[in-house]
Amino acid sequence: MEEKDNKKDSLYLKLMPYIEKYGILLLLVLMILVMHILQPDVFLSWRNVTNVFKQISWQSMLALGVFMVIVTAGIDLSVGSIMMLSLMVLAIVAKAGAPWFIVVITPLIAGFLCGLFNGAGITLLRMPHPFIMTLGTLYIFRGTGNLISGGTPISGFTDEVRYLGHGRIDLTWLGLEKSQYLPVSLVLIAVVYVIFWFFLNHSRTGKWIYAIGGNPSAARASGINVNKILIIVYSLCGFLSGIGALILAGRTDSGYPNAGLQSELDAIAACIIGGASFFGGRGTVLGVFAGVMIMGILRNGLNLMDVSSFWQQVLIGSIIVIAVYIDVLRRDLGTRK
Amino acid sequence: MSTLNNPLLEAKGITKYFGTITALENVDLKVHAGECLGVVGDNGAGKSTLMKVLSGLYKPSSGSLYFQGKEKVLESPKDSQNLGLEMVYQDLALAGNLPIGENIFLGREPTKNVGFLKFLDFNKIKELTNAHLGKLKINVKSADQKVEELSGGQRQAVAIARSTAFNAKVVIMDEPTAALAIKEVGKVLDLINSLKKTGVGVIVISHRMDDIFSVCDRVMALFQGTNFAESELSNTSRDEVIGWIMGKK
Repeated sequence: MEEKDNKKDSLYLKLMPYIEKYGILLLLVLMILVMHILQPDVFLSWRNVTNVFKQISWQSMLALGVFMVIVTAGIDLSVGSIMMLSLMVLAIVAKAGAPWFIVVITPLIAGFLCGLFNGAGITLLRMPHPFIMTLGTLYIFRGTGNLISGGTPISGFTDEVRYLGHGRIDLTWLGLEKSQYLPVSLVLIAVVYVIFWFFLNHSRTGKWIYAIGGNPSAARASGINVNKILIIVYSLCGFLSGIGALILAGRTDSGYPNAGLQSELDAIAACIIGGASFFGGRGTVLGVFAGVMIMGILRNGLNLMDVSSFWQQVLIGSIIVIAVYIDVLRRDLGTRK
Repeated sequence: MSTLNNPLLEAKGITKYFGTITALENVDLKVHAGECLGVVGDNGAGKSTLMKVLSGLYKPSSGSLYFQGKEKVLESPKDSQNLGLEMVYQDLALAGNLPIGENIFLGREPTKNVGFLKFLDFNKIKELTNAHLGKLKINVKSADQKVEELSGGQRQAVAIARSTAFNAKVVIMDEPTAALAIKEVGKVLDLINSLKKTGVGVIVISHRMDDIFSVCDRVMALFQGTNFAESELSNTSRDEVIGWIMGKK
């Protein structure tokens, strides 16, 4: 009897790391299968798949930024407002007639500076928790965005400015039809996620980000400049929100006051569904991507089935709770001695 | 071993204020190569503060530090690490979410250059970790095991391995056996003895007389932030040292 238990244990222990690493992908594949069965003609069509990627494009940037912050056991509530402010800066610079290569870098700089402001506030002003600093800047950045734009939408950008959010990569040379194009934003997501995966897993700074989340006093005692790393993390989070603004500018051809409203909560939800721990030090870039995809597919699938957006809210909320509960159960099993 | 030579590390007249509180007043300390100094004292006697001054975490309000006879000012833990002063903290200062190897090299990871980019060299981390753990005769399943999966004794061993991975000259240990099961204590004490044999100066802060009397060569007592008493171990007894802790001579 005991031997049998041991066997079961060892199999379980062998599977554990894989479940931990790829369990969330399993859930994603399952969801895709279910949606495909429910909507066999539409869901996996070229048009719909590219549509999902276009819809998640800017959210995926915010989620990646918030993920890095969550790894340090912090939180950034201001990403939606950073994106809105960056978008407004872009719109104003574009309307002022600046050349496109200036216009496209302005949201990146604006986002970066907003993130730097958060990071500086958290570390130098010694705010008791990042929640407070970024709650403050959630209001400050959105208010500033409205102040500089007068609170009205600014529309009409050139094709170059819209390229990342709206561009299409023609695939007719592969023998595909004209409608079967690749959205530029999909390529952008892939490139950005791969770069940040490398950064977090293969650079010293990336390792230190995880170490700070695991045990900040250990990181400090190891001679790591914790404040500097935190400032880098919040700045990069702002920078990614700036990329989100650039994508959104392309998609909507407009800077508008409600851009990214409550999107910080979507970003946090994607990280949590993707397996990031609020206590820091845990989570993967792949997991965040899966989290963003799960939310995107759920919204898309429910739209296809004409389910009301009220039900979508209920379902997304339930998935957050269920995903974390599964994680709690898994951890209980994993720590048994 | 070489107690007659100049001390490896010497602190003179260390005073540390926190606001209006005097944590340390005019404290002296020295340790020689291959020697183990025990530091005892009641809670609040200033042991941990003194260790944090030696590791560069706190700057002393006054007083000076000499390393190999030269005066040094420590601005951060990095400075003390560069000198070869290493600290093993009571709360272990390990990141549980990272593997053993990455903890040992945390903050000092070997990298390889790919063009102008620097990437972590995971193979080298693993190789160096296995070699180092082998040298210290520390047994773990694999260098890739996460620290949170280890027992208290194994964690302490990793913390000590971490402190000696970079040619440490002086290793300072804060309550190295406090959190351990009895059978693990012996292993850690053996580890301290083997460090001494390699010429490392060891400072052990401990409440446990068993620890002090099995590894130390000299013992000093702090009382209310000041030097209270000091003696070669051979010239004192447990009862006397316990008396010092309580402020009796």
